[in-house]
Amino acid sequence: MNNFQYSRASDVADAIRLLAADPGAKLIAGGTNLIDLMKENVERPSRLIDISRLPLREVEETPDGGLRIGALVPNSDLAYHPLIEQRYPLLASAILAGASAQLRNMASVGGNLMQRTRCSYFYDTTTPCNKRSPGTGCSAMDGLNRNHAILGTSNSCIATNPSDMSVALAALGALVHIAGPSGLRTIALTDFHRLPEDKPHLDTNLGSGEIITAIELPPHGFARNYSYLKIRDRLSYAFALVSVAAALELEGNAIGEARLALGGVAHKPWRSLGAEAALRGQAATPDHFGRAADLLLQGATARSHNGFKIELARRAVVRTLMQATSATPQSQAHKKIA
Amino acid sequence: MNAYVGTPTSRIDGRAKVTGAAKYAGEFAADGLLHGFVVEATIARGRIARLDTSEALKVKGVIDVLTHEHRPPLADKDEAWKDEVAPEKGSPFRPLYDDRIKFNGQPIALVVAEDWETARFAATRVRVEYEQEAFATDLESERGKAAEVDQPHKPRGDAAAALTHAAIRHEADYVLPSEHHNPMELYATTAVWDGNGGLTVYDKTQGVQNVQKFLCSVFGKKPDEIRVISPYVGGAFGSGLRPQHQVVLATLAALALKRSVRVVLTRQQMYGLGFRPLTIERVALGAKPDGTLDAVTHEAIAVTSRFEDFSRNDTGWAEQLYKSPNSRYSHKLVRLDVSTPSDMRAPGAATGVCALECAMDELAVALKLDPVELRLRCYSDRDQSEGLPYTSKQLRECYARGAEAFGWSRRSPAPRSMRDGKELVGWGMATGVWEALQMPVAARIVLTANGHAEVSCAASDIGTGTYTIVAQVAADALGLPIENISVRLADSSLPQAPVEGGSWMAASSAHAVLGAAEEIRRELARYAKAMPASPLAGVDVPDIILLDGAVAKAADRSRSVSIADAMRHGQVERIEKEKLNEFPEDKSHARNTHSAVFAEVKVDEELGVIRVTRVVSAVAAGRILNTKTGRSQIMGSVVWGIGMALHEETVTDHRFGRIMNANIAEYHIPVNADVRDIDVIFVDEPDDRINQLGIKGLGEIGIVGVPAAIANAVYHATGKRIRRFPITLDKLLE
Ligand SMILES: Cc1cc2nc3c(=O)[nH]c(=O)nc-3n(C[C@H](O)[C@H](O)[C@H](O)COP(=O)(O)OP(=O)(O)OC[C@H]3O[C@@H](n4cnc5c(N)ncnc54)[C@H](O)[C@@H]3O)c2cc1C
Ligand code: SF4
Repeated sequence: MNNFQYSRASDVADAIRLLAADPGAKLIAGGTNLIDLMKENVERPSRLIDISRLPLREVEETPDGGLRIGALVPNSDLAYHPLIEQRYPLLASAILAGASAQLRNMASVGGNLMQRTRCSYFYDTTTPCNKRSPGTGCSAMDGLNRNHAILGTSNSCIATNPSDMSVALAALGALVHIAGPSGLRTIALTDFHRLPEDKPHLDTNLGSGEIITAIELPPHGFARNYSYLKIRDRLSYAFALVSVAAALELEGNAIGEARLALGGVAHKPWRSLGAEAALRGQAATPDHFGRAADLLLQGATARSHNGFKIELARRAVVRTLMQATSATPQSQAHKKIA
Repeated sequence: MNAYVGTPTSRIDGRAKVTGAAKYAGEFAADGLLHGFVVEATIARGRIARLDTSEALKVKGVIDVLTHEHRPPLADKDEAWKDEVAPEKGSPFRPLYDDRIKFNGQPIALVVAEDWETARFAATRVRVEYEQEAFATDLESERGKAAEVDQPHKPRGDAAAALTHAAIRHEADYVLPSEHHNPMELYATTAVWDGNGGLTVYDKTQGVQNVQKFLCSVFGKKPDEIRVISPYVGGAFGSGLRPQHQVVLATLAALALKRSVRVVLTRQQMYGLGFRPLTIERVALGAKPDGTLDAVTHEAIAVTSRFEDFSRNDTGWAEQLYKSPNSRYSHKLVRLDVSTPSDMRAPGAATGVCALECAMDELAVALKLDPVELRLRCYSDRDQSEGLPYTSKQLRECYARGAEAFGWSRRSPAPRSMRDGKELVGWGMATGVWEALQMPVAARIVLTANGHAEVSCAASDIGTGTYTIVAQVAADALGLPIENISVRLADSSLPQAPVEGGSWMAASSAHAVLGAAEEIRRELARYAKAMPASPLAGVDVPDIILLDGAVAKAADRSRSVSIADAMRHGQVERIEKEKLNEFPEDKSHARNTHSAVFAEVKVDEELGVIRVTRVVSAVAAGRILNTKTGRSQIMGSVVWGIGMALHEETVTDHRFGRIMNANIAEYHIPVNADVRDIDVIFVDEPDDRINQLGIKGLGEIGIVGVPAAIANAVYHATGKRIRRFPITLDKLLE
């Protein structure tokens, strides 16, 4: 760990000012990811700007019937918030599939969106890693890549984004509210995280000096036919090998709107409008779900150890859509997969 | 007589542990305490070309940086570095000794500062240049270099010929990965400087006297100059049998700086300590059509370091379990650029028996025999290696009781034939076996006239419950309520004990206590008899017992004298007795514990997700001193067995020779969701030959057999035989 300065931001504007004043500074919210990375010397901020006391803890209804969730709402509070449980149970389920109760109590919404990859080379400063030290190479490419991406990879990085919450947010079509030196802006969650391309050190499109103030959920929460299914190396408290967020609008057995996002397979939550379009108007059957899965997984490529993810993802998509169809969403408490 | 022994007595140290009153090695305070942080090598092999500590030394609060070039003297003979548990062959690792790098993660410097944070920060300022050398860390690519080591099991008959002619033959490789112990408590030492060259060393260890002797020999100190104390240990599982780096480093720094120093390893640094070595187990079984065995061969190829030959008995367990006229065993090692492996719960057996029991399951399938029935047909009443009978062996009863509790008779034999909704159901079983060892241990009892006794012994309690069983045995032997017994353990100045390992401490410490209590009984009996108008006049000393705070005639308890009165008349305030108990050598019998493990898994085949829904473990381990802590031992072992079967694996990138999952987020162990019903059955196993109380020990038997039972259940559920552990879902999907 390096030595750092510590400042507590008095308001959002102050946080932005402090960020601008020190290019090596980093925001800290719950600290559950940043502190770990500092201990491993992966992150070496010159200054920590503590935003944890800023008044960004509200969950409010928006005029159009959606919800606006402050960036500092703890993951647990969000998952158990009555409006989320009732109207956006997919989001609640995805959050509860992540980490442990203790971590979720500390973790913030903004920090969750910003958490960094769990690629083990990224964590080990003695090994080459383009994400940590641009230009040094990617150790995972021909190394241990069982947990790595099968979609949207580049020649410089095959890391995955580890967030569960983001997968549900992508499926729900959430927006990210950002404040920065040049004012406020809003971007779609699906545009928030980047693909690695030739700049894997950039996880997101958040500009320097910017801060996430809130996320916004559109009115439609798919509260009836949804499921979040996370497949991992033990039954709880492990990052996803593959996860699926599925949400359907059903009239009888006919699909109206369909949402589908994958986690654990790419540098960002993976959504394909084509796959979703292919479901619309179709009957909710395993065959149609299989076809949508194929479309979603189009272009998937494997490295030496992660080939199993392609077929696993395909099967998981079909199963999750079945769970959504029958309105028997995956329980995050009981590990049996319905 | 037995108010406590054999009962579910709660831990006497439980309150101290849950309230935080129990202090661990890294929690002891001292005036002016300094903190050390370890700098580790980042290459697997080579030498340190340059080690520049100047930047680190400039950091405010840094006192010194110790390195191989800057340190007090250390012993230069291998003998001085050999602790009680060191492998016979080899040259033990010496921290900060010279410029050689022998494994990735090796400690190469210790930054000592006023506080831990400063030390950790300054450690990032130590600059190291290496001359790298070619290295190898991959057992499978170096398999050809395997060399045989001595094994305790002699070949019998002609196994090769018998195998060729066997009616049914099964032969396969089973691969058990490297694993790390990951005890909850981090390795820590607080070395307290006494101002005159002496040290009190609070260390996380399984053997204070082992560490004490080791430190004296490494640092050339007299026995009374170093005292090692380790009152509580937050798990060790074998990793604390040998003195670890941090105790050498803390002691080195305290002697160099003449100040008290604490060194705590990080979780990640603990992956530079010992580990369960990756082992390839090749098992071949030849059988007659009726299921009796003709031949067993078992070859193990395991990892060791370049500098020490660590090997445990992986092979040869079939000698104890299954009758076979022909057998051959060999244990080979491949030396790699890694730290020396170490004992880890049931070393050798957890891995070797796993392979044997998976092979037996495969043989049962080939023979179309029920797996329990196959084991009964091969059942051996003798340890075949020496042809010895057992002091006791209730394994048959374990099979029967375990099968009954599990409902085994309802198993449908064909794989993939049992279902629960979408899930395939699999039922598997395996046998467990471990040694019942016992060692010389001494205990001291000080009885005071108020009926309070203090029992002391250098043995460690690594969380297994030694404090409690020592108190139970003492309370019963002295006829006192357990509240009147206080126990002191794990201080090198206390009566002799070896390291706590091998499951030998329960039997060994209990008999030491019994021995000391017996001397107290005799003395009290003498005083009581000598009292004027004694109710015990004329009663022979052997007919006198201690009961309910009194000295009484065994056959007529109304004839008694209170302990207080006896001592008053004897004109003593306290009676102190110390007794070294040595078990008589008895080569006429084999001594083992056994178990039968039954497991149920439910597998979502499409997604490869495995849930272990039920485990029944029926254990025969002599007299169970404490059914509560004993049950905990077995439950904990079963949980670990689930981990061995499905989760645990230390993963190395052989291009760097570095462990890549050196943390417990990525090194998976079972979490609550992975653990469902565990049913522990203790099968009665009276044993009046093994020792006076009939104790065999429980620390390790519980894990043996569990991974195989689960792997066999996975096969039964899915028809897929996964021979490379852990059984992760990608392997099921292949
Ligand atoms: C053992 C372990 C297991 C875990 N398992 C899972 C899992 O299964 N699934 C899962 O999804 N997650 C998992 N997590 C990750 C966890 O969800 C994240 O650590 C957490 O969400 C981060 O939130 P935080 O508030 O603590 O972030 P911090 O650690 O405080 O910050 C993380 C990053 O976000 C930035 N940041 C924080 N707030 C803002 C903001 N408002 N605007 C801009 N930038 C900001 C910080 O500068 C920093 O770079 C796990 C973590 C651990 C340690
Ligand atoms: S996959 Fe990305 S994060 Fe991992 S080593 Fe390669 S560049 Fe680094």
